[in-house]
Amino acid sequence: MLDLACSDGQVKQGQALENSPLAIRGLTVSYGQKPAVFSVDMTVEAGKMTAIIGPNGAGKSTMLKAALGIVPPVSGQVQVFGKTLDAQRARIAYVPQRASVDWDFPTRVIDVVLMGLYRELGLLGRLRAKHRAKAIECLDRVGMGDFATRQIGQLSGGQQQRVFLARALAQGADLYLLDEPFAGVDAATEKAIISVLKSLREAGKTVVVVHHDLATVAEYFDNVFLINTRKVAEGTVAEAFTADTLQAAYGGRLATAQVDKLALAMG
Amino acid sequence: MLIDALLLQLGYNATLVAIGATLLGVSAGVTGTFLFLRKRALVSDAISHATLPGVCLAFILMASFGGDGRNLIGLLLGSALSASAGLWCLNWLTRNTRLAEDAAIGSVLSVFFGFGIVLLTVIQTMGVGRQAGLEGFLLGSTAGMLWADAMVIAVGGAVTLLLILLIRRPMTLVAFDPEYAAARGLPVSKIDMAVMGLVMAVTVVGLKIVGLILIVALLIIPAVTARFWTERSDHVVLLAGLFGGLSAYVGAAMSASAPNLPTGPIIVLMSFALFLISLLFAPNRGVLAAILRHFKFQRRVHLRQGLLALAQGQPIYENLTLRLLRKGGLVRADGVATDKGKASAAKALRDEHRWAVVRSDQTHEAAAALYDGLRKIESVLTCDQIAEIDRLIGGPQEVPA
Repeated sequence: MLDLACSDGQVKQGQALENSPLAIRGLTVSYGQKPAVFSVDMTVEAGKMTAIIGPNGAGKSTMLKAALGIVPPVSGQVQVFGKTLDAQRARIAYVPQRASVDWDFPTRVIDVVLMGLYRELGLLGRLRAKHRAKAIECLDRVGMGDFATRQIGQLSGGQQQRVFLARALAQGADLYLLDEPFAGVDAATEKAIISVLKSLREAGKTVVVVHHDLATVAEYFDNVFLINTRKVAEGTVAEAFTADTLQAAYGGRLATAQVDKLALAMG
Repeated sequence: MLIDALLLQLGYNATLVAIGATLLGVSAGVTGTFLFLRKRALVSDAISHATLPGVCLAFILMASFGGDGRNLIGLLLGSALSASAGLWCLNWLTRNTRLAEDAAIGSVLSVFFGFGIVLLTVIQTMGVGRQAGLEGFLLGSTAGMLWADAMVIAVGGAVTLLLILLIRRPMTLVAFDPEYAAARGLPVSKIDMAVMGLVMAVTVVGLKIVGLILIVALLIIPAVTARFWTERSDHVVLLAGLFGGLSAYVGAAMSASAPNLPTGPIIVLMSFALFLISLLFAPNRGVLAAILRHFKFQRRVHLRQGLLALAQGQPIYENLTLRLLRKGGLVRADGVATDKGKASAAKALRDEHRWAVVRSDQTHEAAAALYDGLRKIESVLTCDQIAEIDRLIGGPQEVPA
């Protein structure tokens, strides 16, 4: 459904807020004077996989970062599982874009995953065998168990991405937020990541992914959130990922033929 | 003389300086590592130069109230205050203007230092005989070091190290991945401020020994040196402490062993010596290792290409390739393959086929990542795994050894 009437369904949204893993209201973020995200509402459905899609510079990543307090919003509220963000930090696992860190940093694969156990370890807690075992187990889940003691600088892009996912898994969170996990990775990695995400969904977790590949949206995700600075559409793939909504989000940037093809593929 | 100095046999002052310098070296090395890992090494230069106005103002203040202008605690407090002011300016400039951090560092550093020099000149015109050798804070002066001075360094250094032990995990996390740290609810800017605070503490404490111009060397060089030897951040921290302490100890001893050798600069030169050794001879990241690795790699590539050419009956043109094959007894002088050469060539070709299987199979990913066209397949796979692959390839199971 196209979200043209902003005021509709206030009651419905109020209810959803209580049990939504991530509810965003009136979020505006700006770099300088130009808003990157403007007055966006989002209500993530529990136990589903949601794709955030939109053209380049549409504010997809920015919205996610602002929701997590990584960049300060100009206005807006965020609720996580019905409470404030800070009260629920432990239930959120965030996977940043892999290009956001320096891979020549002196550290090994297992050390990166152990960062996911930061809360358990605390400031001075001893690193024990059970922590290492947990880290290896998470690496195994993304097919990287054999890489534990390798230098992170030796990894390919896809392997880096899977290490980041393993770190998020180690947190044992309920809500997973991933920023472009499929950008520039090989097909094997994409398959490995999507199967891990699906297993998370089966375990009742909620997954939100900033995604750029329109061709795989219908195949991978249950729900779609379309954004181009403003929210364009939100709902199930069938509702919100249509020729109309795509046209509204991408404008002339998406060839009509491409839109038709995608719409066809979705049936 | 140097032996005596190293064994702390050169009298009270020399011993005091050596112990103080070592403590300073350890804490500066450890603290500086976190700055280095966060890629903000130069911030320490701005901090240290920003101490000068504080030292001078503290002196003026104490002297004009009739006290002893040279009171070390007072001078250090002053330096800490003005370093904080410099740090605040630096943060404000980076956050609220379009100035990048390097430009902001340059501005803060030069303005504060310039102001400090003006004050220093003013002090020299104040009362004769009261100059108190404040210039010593520029490059350090250890000649009149007192027990109390050494205690300031010891206590300051110990407190710094304790604090680092306490917050090393968040500091490392923020240095590696600040966005992830923020998403986990860590107060990233507060942790950054804590690192800066620790650097400031080390700087202030070290003013007496190495001076404000050279303290940056003690903060940064040990970390850079340590990075050559290890790929783990916790080991970098420990090694940097070791290198910092070692160069400070030896440097202080050397300067005590001969007249008119300045302590601070000698310490810096010692840590540079360690840096140079590491740069050249470190096993993995060192320059020499890189050169040797390149030559070895080149020879292995040539040998491998030569064997594959032999196996496929292709001509070999490159002299280096022929020479290597001949030296290995793989071809005769006339370029015809020996029995050993034929066997090795067949094995090389078969290994290529095996690798092709390994690289196309996702279950072998960890092994495939090691493929470089040279590595022996036996070194990454078990016999059973190779046998399995051979079944896939088919053909002769007998591989000439």
